[in-house]
Amino acid sequence: MCIVVGLLFMIGTYLILTKTLLRIILGTSIIGHGVNLLIITMGGLKKGGPPLLGIENVTYADSLPQALLLTAIVINFATTALFLVLSYRAYTVLGTDDTEQLRGKEDE
Amino acid sequence: MNNLVILPIIIPVVIGMIMVIMRKQIKIQRFLSLFSMLAVGSVTLYLIFQIKSEGIQTLQLGGWEAPYGVSMVIDLFAALLIMVTSIVAFCCLLYAFHTIGEEREKFYFYPLFLFLIAGVNGSFITGDIFNLFVCFEVMLVASYVLISLGGTKIQLRESIKYILINILSSFLFLVAIAFLYAMTGTLNFAHLSLRVAEVGQGGLMTTVAILFLIVFSLKAGLFLFFWLPGAYSAPPTAISAIFAALLTKVGIYAIIRVFTLVFYHEPEVTHWFIGLLAAITMGLGAIGAVAYWDIKRILTYNVIVGVGFILAGVASFTTVGMTGALYYLIHDMIVKALIFLLGGTIIYLTGTSNLKDLSGLIRLHPQLGWMFFVAALSLSGIPPLSGFLGKIFITEGTFESGYFWLGAIGLITSLLVLYSIMKVFMNAFWGYTVIREEDEYGTTKGLLLPIGLLTTLTIALGLGAEAIHDYVDLAVEVLMNPNLYIEAVLGVNPKP
Repeated sequence: MCIVVGLLFMIGTYLILTKTLLRIILGTSIIGHGVNLLIITMGGLKKGGPPLLGIENVTYADSLPQALLLTAIVINFATTALFLVLSYRAYTVLGTDDTEQLRGKEDE
Repeated sequence: MNNLVILPIIIPVVIGMIMVIMRKQIKIQRFLSLFSMLAVGSVTLYLIFQIKSEGIQTLQLGGWEAPYGVSMVIDLFAALLIMVTSIVAFCCLLYAFHTIGEEREKFYFYPLFLFLIAGVNGSFITGDIFNLFVCFEVMLVASYVLISLGGTKIQLRESIKYILINILSSFLFLVAIAFLYAMTGTLNFAHLSLRVAEVGQGGLMTTVAILFLIVFSLKAGLFLFFWLPGAYSAPPTAISAIFAALLTKVGIYAIIRVFTLVFYHEPEVTHWFIGLLAAITMGLGAIGAVAYWDIKRILTYNVIVGVGFILAGVASFTTVGMTGALYYLIHDMIVKALIFLLGGTIIYLTGTSNLKDLSGLIRLHPQLGWMFFVAALSLSGIPPLSGFLGKIFITEGTFESGYFWLGAIGLITSLLVLYSIMKVFMNAFWGYTVIREEDEYGTTKGLLLPIGLLTTLTIALGLGAEAIHDYVDLAVEVLMNPNLYIEAVLGVNPKP
């Protein structure tokens, strides 16, 4: 599991360091998945049954990281959507999606 | 249990949501936004008195006792900051009425503004580290939209960088939370403090602490401030003023909270590191402030110097240093909003932000000039204005804990700050008047009211520092004794 998290982080970092805006956004999205996986791994995966009342004599999985994960996914989703819209707007107004050219001039 | 605790979050959120459905009624929106800031301010004032007489107020949401539920905790430190937040936000709103423009007002400026305030207040009140993340996000998403609202070229360009940096730091925040949860099994601040004290702050725990420091530094602009000058000079004045006054301060608040309540066992490592970063931040910020001839740049670099200075007080980790940090934090929120509004007014009047094109404004706008002078003195900590006390206490604190180099850098950078801001004053207000009144792009009508309010406040805070002294002392007492906080949240003799 940890190796997968590491791989996702690696791919995400690589994508963020590229020049195209869309790839950068994909990179943040992939790192987001890596983070989510990390949270759920930290809760301990192989510990036991579902955390429901009425099931007896089993060790329960820790449900808190799953709740955190749900929140994190929603927030990640919202920010990615916003970022995509904004980058499209930036593309139409500025006419480029190359971060080198997004740097801008001093006298504006 | 005290239901008032959650009102500073609820009021702006609910009123903001109501405002979303009446997009065209700008008058009502203006009134409601002012009203909600007043309401938050008065609730907080009431809470401050209550905390002073009865101790820290908590609210366990849904009746689930801490550490199982989500707790909201308001101590004097948080309450004072919320109070200042509502005052500053009130003034920025007044300023925005005249400058922000109808286009932005129709596209949900006021609801977004209130959501931003809700996120800021939430970050101050929450007693749970994951909830802190959520409140950070509420604040950041609102700020993403505010920074790009209007869609001019420079705004779009800067907002992309701003959003990318903040998304990445949010992910790092989640990583840090995940590691912390794996090691301690809890997320409640008070409970975390107990557990960390019990297992001891070993090497791994300190590493997680440093990870948290990196995350909060990115938000606060401590050393990792490369995104800040661009992002804060892009949006319109009212927005950049509220950003300068509040957003970095939330990061500072998080650093103070986490490093006084949870990770306070290894100050030689963590607090020394904060001190080092603070020194570098002050140095680089001051160099930036001196180097530029652009008003907006100079002001944004001054924000960075302020952040470094507050954290120098935190790094000293003494009662005096903390008192200074709190005084300076309150002062900085007010005076940064003030100086941004003043600088923005100069740009608004003359249409340029280049100091070399400005001259002799004092003939046309004497009030503006004098208020700029007062703000400049206050910014660099000249007595009897509000920056003075904080500066003295922070310097004393750094000397007391043996960080002489830190105190020295703080004092030297104060001089550079004075130079940089006087440069703005002399170039913009002294000399021949090169611009005629009828050539100006706007009038100061209505703008002087919020600026005047903030100026009065910085003078009053300097002269009447005695009045808030008791409150600041109590707030620092809680910061320096984590047990008070823990007892308020978990009860006396809690189980670790």
